[in-house]
Amino acid sequence: MSKTEAHDKRGRAAPRAEPFLAEMEARPFWDNLKEHKLTVQRCNGCGTYFNFPPQALCAKCLSSDNEWVPVSGKGTIYSFVTYHRAWHPAYQDQIPYNVSLVDLDEGPRLVSNVIDIPPDEVKVGMAVEVVYEDHEEYTLPKFKPSA
Amino acid sequence: MSNLSGKYAVVGVGETQVGKRPEATTNSLHVEAIRLCLEDAGVDASQVDGLLTNQPLTDAHRSYAVRLAHMAGIDPSYATDLALGGATPIAMIQNAVMAIEAGMANYVVCVHARKRATPDPTPGYPIRSGDEHWEQPWGHFSAVANHAFAATRHMHEFGTTSEDLGQIAVSTRKHACMNRNATMQKPMSIEDHQNSRLIVEPLHLFDCSLESDGGAALLVTSMERARDLPKRPVQVLGMGQHHPHSSVMDAPTLTTLGSRKSSEAAYRMAGLEPKDMDFAQFYDCFTITTLITIEDYGFCGKGEGKDFIKDGRIEVGGEIPVNTHGGLLSQAHLEGIMHVTEGVKQLRGNEVEPERQVQGAKAGVISGHGGSLCMHASLVLGVQ
Repeated sequence: MSKTEAHDKRGRAAPRAEPFLAEMEARPFWDNLKEHKLTVQRCNGCGTYFNFPPQALCAKCLSSDNEWVPVSGKGTIYSFVTYHRAWHPAYQDQIPYNVSLVDLDEGPRLVSNVIDIPPDEVKVGMAVEVVYEDHEEYTLPKFKPSA
Repeated sequence: MSNLSGKYAVVGVGETQVGKRPEATTNSLHVEAIRLCLEDAGVDASQVDGLLTNQPLTDAHRSYAVRLAHMAGIDPSYATDLALGGATPIAMIQNAVMAIEAGMANYVVCVHARKRATPDPTPGYPIRSGDEHWEQPWGHFSAVANHAFAATRHMHEFGTTSEDLGQIAVSTRKHACMNRNATMQKPMSIEDHQNSRLIVEPLHLFDCSLESDGGAALLVTSMERARDLPKRPVQVLGMGQHHPHSSVMDAPTLTTLGSRKSSEAAYRMAGLEPKDMDFAQFYDCFTITTLITIEDYGFCGKGEGKDFIKDGRIEVGGEIPVNTHGGLLSQAHLEGIMHVTEGVKQLRGNEVEPERQVQGAKAGVISGHGGSLCMHASLVLGVQ
């Protein structure tokens, strides 16, 4: 990797807009999203839902037996922010835009966006549900206020 | 009180000029800080047998501590890089104490420098935080935004406002204006804070710390050895750490952080309480960090920070002066190592500008905070 690709202007790791689809432990997450299914990891040993990012062993009982299971797609906003600056050119024409911490009803939390409403109408505790945003190579889970 | 409390001391501090240092490199700033520290301590590099560094974010060596030791004339029997973000400088002091207690070294230099205000053409590879690929596809990129999550949540739970956060920026700037080696020298008003542009709402530009060039170093040794050295030894009385989550995705809460348990451990080791502290140097990457830290360190109840910080209570002459050097917000952002050097200088009693000297300071508490609000280290320092 050349220095220009890997670094931002201050020498830190350069930001990118796309997910790493090749991440071994996360492949089912991205594969299922292509079929518009939001899934999370659940331990077959103790039943615990894993936090993101995905990992091979359960953080509670260290069992390696787990599976990706569908979730309701419903959640609540733990916190949110509004970006007024773009750290990546892909977001330049989207500012001001929302980024939220979405606590899924099953427990795991995702970093995502609340769409369909202006950023200043997002609230802590707001009930939201998943919507699927299709890109050529992948599908991103985003959220809108629950009907 | 632990039997280690007071057994080891900081006997040397070095602070480079901060701000823009276009002539310097990350490496040269480290060595310059070490030289200043050893001159201050009256100790020769040949006597130093331990070196602790903060893994540089932009210039990763397999072991930066070993590389740096041999750039600074040090032949270490103990050397390693620590990687706890802004909690690293305090963790270095703690590890120095542990290494000396274990018999691995006698004089340990703790050093950190960074070059973020002007370019550093030194080749290297960047270091990642680790979870970026679970954040960036949704346009989430920055430390500002992770702390803005905490601010939104604190506002929701306790009614804290942006103006309240502004008070921290304003008080911190007052101290910077009394520090000749501070980047920002122009007083700030709440109105200036409110008029500064939004970066990631609810945080404005003036809620954010600086990008700086500079470095600092500290020398730790036993109290026994300290008595033969010229400067008044500043004792390590209490130490603590807590790292309660690893990213914003697994944080049980963003309004109480590792700062609570970490500070409790440090007070316990020191046998002291918040009311015994004459000052606090609290990591202030963003104003919200300072607010949460003031609450978690027991200076007021959870959610009461917004009222506590008013009326000059956190300024020199007030109940608990916070960031008497101007902090990361207004002095320089060197990942908090200057919070530690400032604490030492305040306790020596005659080394800072008189207008910001905390009169008769005997003990103070220092915090370090790193990562996505996930890492924390605490230090209680004091003089006899």
